[in-house]
Amino acid sequence: MQPIRLTAPVAREDLAKLRAGERVLLSGVVYTARDAAHARLCAALEAGQPLPVDLRGQTVFYAGPTPTPPQRASGAIGPTTSMRMDAFTPALLAYGVNALIGKGGRSPAVREALMRAGAVYFAAIGGCAAYMSACVKSVEVVAYDDLGAESVKRLVVEDMPLTVALDCRGFDAYAEGVRAYLAQRDA
Amino acid sequence: MRDISCDVIARSVAQLCVEANRHLPARVRTLLEKAREAEPFAPALDTLSLICQNADIAAAQSLPICQDTGMAVVYAEVGQEVHIAGGLLEDAVNEGVRRGYTDGYLRKSVVGDPLRRVNTGDNTPAVLHVRLTAGDRLKLTVAPKGFGSENMSRLAMLTPAQGLEGVKDFVVETARLAGANPCPPMMLGVGVGGTFERVAQLAKEALVEPREGAHPDAFYAALEEELLRRINALGIGPQGFGGLTTALSVRVKAAPTHIAGLPVAVNVGCHVTRHASVTL
Repeated sequence: MQPIRLTAPVAREDLAKLRAGERVLLSGVVYTARDAAHARLCAALEAGQPLPVDLRGQTVFYAGPTPTPPQRASGAIGPTTSMRMDAFTPALLAYGVNALIGKGGRSPAVREALMRAGAVYFAAIGGCAAYMSACVKSVEVVAYDDLGAESVKRLVVEDMPLTVALDCRGFDAYAEGVRAYLAQRDA
Repeated sequence: MRDISCDVIARSVAQLCVEANRHLPARVRTLLEKAREAEPFAPALDTLSLICQNADIAAAQSLPICQDTGMAVVYAEVGQEVHIAGGLLEDAVNEGVRRGYTDGYLRKSVVGDPLRRVNTGDNTPAVLHVRLTAGDRLKLTVAPKGFGSENMSRLAMLTPAQGLEGVKDFVVETARLAGANPCPPMMLGVGVGGTFERVAQLAKEALVEPREGAHPDAFYAALEEELLRRINALGIGPQGFGGLTTALSVRVKAAPTHIAGLPVAVNVGCHVTRHASVTL
């Protein structure tokens, strides 16, 4: 099965076509945000303040790359465990973020929020950060510089390999993958 | 007495931080290759191939294998005949971590206080374990620990009546609960016995200590094999998308304990379970 090529920010109608388990090569602009940045973004939303970056329609990547070495566009980069962001995710989806990149399972509340928003959760391969580094063309800190590794960074990526982990109909590639393997094993 | 200067210690620790983050231990690499040969599920096979490819790229391009370059866990085995000259061991180790993480372009992932959470900016302090040994050498091991896997670790104070079956169930349940989160295929270090704090150390030592081949005690060798088989029957697979290869290895380290207790701890490691050592 050929991977699907997508450009971020991804239009909602393109997200709607994706199905759990499909492979995607993502190019375009994504924003990193992890634990501390999520706490600040959601505190701002709650207080009715504008966010330091307009994330409506954008893709949020749960990642904190290593510092960019000389002569490279990016350091090592990869997804962090998504479930730590679960408490913040429904608010960010309601605000308008429409695609998420991380690794691992999500809470039922996130799954429902994705369906409500018509948004998609992608999984990137964890621990393949040297490989993924080549997919990143530029890294620029755009908010919360004081957070260091946890600052919000704007990345331009090219052909970043992802899997549709939760599609906007609520299908879950983790559950389906394990089921498919067990079915093959026990056949 | 033999003098070892703090400057040499700091320089060694700095090198080990960089080396451990860029080069997968040969044992882990071999386990990944074996898993790739044995994996019957096509999507899982693709993932394992990518993981191996990533390790090659990291080594060739001097990049960290994983962006989570970890909190630096440092083991210092200090010969009783060694005199540490020119300062304190702890300061020298932290200076090494500071230099290694800064000069090596590694990520600074440590907050100075767990509740107020301000990044220390240089990945210090290290978690330092010191043990006195015989002789006049100093062995340093740096084991950078990422928290995707560390967070999935568990500890229980079982009762003697829960026994061997209780320990087995706890270990398998830990892997099941971890699921896709710790970047499977995982590596598990299991501590059994000791006290509350000792059992956690045993689990980490089981993950880090070099050991060629099977456990020297046949009882524990059989236990490790059974645990690995049961965990790989869960079907979680590489990255949690299904497959045979949920864990690459399970290692158990046991210690004497109290008549009333059966502590067990499982330290979860990912497929990038790293460490590097030097003897000065």
